[in-house]
Amino acid sequence: MSDTTSARILDFITARFPQAEITETEDIFSLGYINSLFAMELVMFVENTFGIRIPNDQLRLDDFRTVKAMTELVNRLRPAAAVPTA
Amino acid sequence: MTDQLTAPAAAPAALPAPPAPDRASARAFTDAHLVPAAEEMDRRGAVPEDLLTLIGEAGLWAPFLPPALGGSGTSMVTLGEIHEEIGRGCSSTRSLLTVHTMVCWALHRWGTPEQLRRWAPGLAAGRLLGAFCLSEPGAGSDTAALATTAAPADGGGWLLNGTKTWITGGQRADLYLVFAQGPSGTIALLVPRRARGVRVTPIEGMLGTRAAMLAEITFSDVRLDSRALLGPSGFASGMVLTGTLDLGRYSVAAGSVGIIQACLDACAAHTARRTVGGSPLRDLPLIQAKLTDMVTDVRAARLLLAEAGRLKDAGDAATIMATWIAKYFASTAAARHASEAVQIHGALGCAPGSPVARCYRDAKVMEIIEGSNEIQRMTIAAEAHRRWTP
Repeated sequence: MSDTTSARILDFITARFPQAEITETEDIFSLGYINSLFAMELVMFVENTFGIRIPNDQLRLDDFRTVKAMTELVNRLRPAAAVPTA
Repeated sequence: MTDQLTAPAAAPAALPAPPAPDRASARAFTDAHLVPAAEEMDRRGAVPEDLLTLIGEAGLWAPFLPPALGGSGTSMVTLGEIHEEIGRGCSSTRSLLTVHTMVCWALHRWGTPEQLRRWAPGLAAGRLLGAFCLSEPGAGSDTAALATTAAPADGGGWLLNGTKTWITGGQRADLYLVFAQGPSGTIALLVPRRARGVRVTPIEGMLGTRAAMLAEITFSDVRLDSRALLGPSGFASGMVLTGTLDLGRYSVAAGSVGIIQACLDACAAHTARRTVGGSPLRDLPLIQAKLTDMVTDVRAARLLLAEAGRLKDAGDAATIMATWIAKYFASTAAARHASEAVQIHGALGCAPGSPVARCYRDAKVMEIIEGSNEIQRMTIAAEAHRRWTP
């Protein structure tokens, strides 16, 4: 589980908010966790961990709303040969 | 409308790239050019043009930019070391580097290829100087209270109105990175100083960093085309500000380490020279205690800074909190030790032209800028509750 893209994103979020119980499809914005500081950390984590650069025009709210959406964003931006399991 | 964002005059023929700067070269530069001139610059309230040129020739304006953009590709750890050395000699000069670094970093991180082509080479070489425009007469750290507005203009682009104040380097900068309220949140705009409707009013006689050429900048119906927008809009726009301030805090932390080192250097020399009752001051236990604390804190602050820099180089998100902590620790230590340095020097420390008096005034500023230390404590404490509350 921890080898998958979604699990690594989920691990990052829950490490920052140990009290939170978040599922892959839960809207993290609705839980009140997101501010600009965490948003920056989240983008840095995703870019650094998965070796991608998210273009300005793809930094959309809906792509960061859930772990599932972030996983799909990563898989879209990662070179085709490197796309792993979800 | 678009003529306000047309490229600056054609750049001069490319000069040979200077060697990549590092701590050693920055130290030599500081000892040769800043230490001897800092008092005069402080008195005159400006860093002279010939020194600004020398900084460019030494490759110190934005060495972290990649060579393709005119930089030297130095690591963030090295950048911190450079800013520490510059800050040891002159906090005003380091402040100019800080805001220039913030603009360059934001451009590098968020700029479009066109924006990079247009601005990066001039900024990297120091032919263009950047300034960071966030604070307003009625808003400092509280970005929600920003009154400057960027409204969509008829025919496209933006119409900028508002006043920014306490803008470091504002008197001299060629390009302003302006944060304003856009249609759906705070946005960042690249605004050339020569755009119509930009008015620059110098601010003089500040407590510290007196030579940092502060200004109030007023934007009155400044029309900008759509290419002025830097970075994303919408929910991610706040990240431009967060990331830019992170670099500012990193540089201020480095400069604060430099202030502590300058105080330590001055106090070690003074207490070895000065006698009381026939013995050197350095033999007094209370003096030894003060110097011990300076030595310990400068090393601790330097390590915190290096850790923040290492995390930046690794692209690790933990750098943001590490930088908050480094800036908080280094700036409070700088203020404390600068005060002790004046105490150790006695009346000499209060005299006109006293280097430790300048450090004392400059150090106070470090506790306020790029997020006051009260804001830092709130942020660091919130992190503690997130991580360690059961």
